[in-house]
Amino acid sequence: MAKVLIVAEHLDGTLNPATAKCVSAAQALAPERIDIVVLAADPAGVAAQAAQIAGVARVLTVANPANAHPIAQVLAPQVAALAAGYTHVFGPSTTFGKDLMPAVAARLGVNQVSDLMAVEDAYTFKRPIYAGNAIITVQAPADQTVVATVRTASWPEAARGGNAAVEAAQVDVPLPSHTRFVGLAAGKSDRPDLQSAKRVVSGGRGVGSAENFQIIYRLADKLGAAVGASRAAVDAGYVPNELQVGQTGKIIAPELYIAIGISGAIQHLTGIKDAGTIVAINKDGDAPIFEVADIGLVGDLFQIIPELEKALG
Amino acid sequence: MKILVGYKRVVDYNVRIQVKPDGSGVETAGVKLSPNPFDEIALEEALRLRDKGIASEVVVATIAPADAQAHLRNGLAMGANRAIHVVTETAVQPLTAARIFLKLIEREQPDLVILGKQAIDDDANQTGQMLATLWGRPQATFASKLTIEAGKATVVREVDAGLETLEVELPAVVTTDLRLNEPRFIKLPDIMKAKTKPLDTIPLAELGVEANDSLKTLHYAPPAKRSRGVMVKDAAELVAALKQKGLL
Ligand SMILES: Cc1cc2nc3c(=O)[nH]c(=O)nc-3n(C[C@H](O)[C@H](O)[C@H](O)COP(=O)(O)OP(=O)(O)OC[C@H]3O[C@@H](n4cnc5c(N)ncnc54)[C@H](O)[C@@H]3O)c2cc1C
Ligand SMILES: Nc1ncnc2c1ncn2[C@@H]1O[C@H](COP(=O)(O)O)[C@@H](O)[C@H]1O
Repeated sequence: MAKVLIVAEHLDGTLNPATAKCVSAAQALAPERIDIVVLAADPAGVAAQAAQIAGVARVLTVANPANAHPIAQVLAPQVAALAAGYTHVFGPSTTFGKDLMPAVAARLGVNQVSDLMAVEDAYTFKRPIYAGNAIITVQAPADQTVVATVRTASWPEAARGGNAAVEAAQVDVPLPSHTRFVGLAAGKSDRPDLQSAKRVVSGGRGVGSAENFQIIYRLADKLGAAVGASRAAVDAGYVPNELQVGQTGKIIAPELYIAIGISGAIQHLTGIKDAGTIVAINKDGDAPIFEVADIGLVGDLFQIIPELEKALG
Repeated sequence: MKILVGYKRVVDYNVRIQVKPDGSGVETAGVKLSPNPFDEIALEEALRLRDKGIASEVVVATIAPADAQAHLRNGLAMGANRAIHVVTETAVQPLTAARIFLKLIEREQPDLVILGKQAIDDDANQTGQMLATLWGRPQATFASKLTIEAGKATVVREVDAGLETLEVELPAVVTTDLRLNEPRFIKLPDIMKAKTKPLDTIPLAELGVEANDSLKTLHYAPPAKRSRGVMVKDAAELVAALKQKGLL
């Protein structure tokens, strides 16, 4: 029977919802147990949040000042040491997990299953390749630890209401000092988080400028939505990079996705395939975005958005 | 300073990938192949460091079938000093690729290794992180800015929360994100010059690498299709349609 260890992602004392999505993926293995490990300078607060996820048996904490920031080559030896006794080690397919988990896999001498989107059995999984244009079924050897990143858009957050035991874990491994965290420039925003928001309003190159993007923000606020963008909009400097949706940005699955002035390149569509309803507003009726949109509206965004705001009341 | 660059050949990003009807693979016959976009960025960054006088030699390496010589000549035409072709007819998985790169590091002793953050065929996003681990050196993935000074690299990384800055001691592995730079175009005279640049060919078996290609692909399938929905004529109709779906 599977025993799963999940590496918690957290920032500034808050557990990232991606962790609860990893728990859902782990539950699909029908495992004997699911544990979470929290590596931090002071893991108590995050561990308490992780302990509330239903289906989790134990939350292991590794307190170490070296874990104050998520430096992959510092965390990996600790996770690899704790992996003994587990059949599977999962992390989210976020930049945190993508950075860390291959380093864990290399220590364990295995290839990683990247972007796990479905579980067939404990060693057989589905994952996307070619920017999601093909889905492969891969089988990992049953005599090796399975290391995987979990494609967060494919899994719901596991429910709350759990009450797992929290235990301090002992890991005695040498940690490198060759990497120094200098800083994190995070866009401060009161808007919902792009990766977990139920509604997202995204703007593309068609929006035209950083100033014009204000109308996207205004519409998003009216809808209580997070704001996203195409790569072209980020490259042109309209918005910061953390808003990029797509193959090389964030893969999201909101209930409602509104794409405004976005043409619908495959690399962008990869990021929104799992959205509930896609709305496209574009002045070009032949834009590829309309091939996947559930509701399409052809027209000039600068005329439509004010009308939309009015219609929303 | 010497820089080793990963330079993988992949199906061009503009090709619409088709899964074979029997689920045995994707159609690659006659499909356009190009350098992995992230690897072109890796090479461009290495060349810029050489242009600035920080690097003296840029070596591109690929692990690919025997017919990939022209691909490496592209890298040489873009400006690399030398190329290494590790020849294998079957694709290798990231752990094997990382072990191969480690062998190349032992031979070449680079001060910096720049790989793409992911190959756009397998979308694995693993090789650089694995290589740093096996090498026991720092990694800075998803780089959007790279500064080299006094034996250290300062790397701005594109992370979900924003932009993170790390300082790593060299030698180190850096993997590229799309906004690091815009690769230069290859000029005709450079294609001629590239013909005489050194290109080492090493059969994989000669490197003494223990391969680990443990993930078995059982089946290929096309993704679930989203179909075209309805068109509305104005904002009022759009709001009505959203209300009808229970989304407002
Ligand atoms: C390896 C790789 C990875 C990539 N990863 C990503 C990724 O993660 N995310 C991503 O988004 N892209 C990604 N791209 C880029 C992608 O190929 C496209 O270039 C990009 O998505 C285009 O952005 P866009 O739709 O905003 O711009 P464009 O393609 O320029 O489209 C702008 C659209 O706005 C419309 N428009 C203009 N003015 C108006 C107006 N007044 N009213 C209404 N509509 C208007 C136009 O009709 C047009 O359809 C990647 C590319 C590569 C090679
Ligand atoms: N066969 C290969 N030949 C050359 N470089 C490779 C190869 N495989 C992986 N790489 C490098 O590793 C990066 C990440 O690949 P991957 O882990 O497969 O997504 C690529 O962008 C390349 O720089």
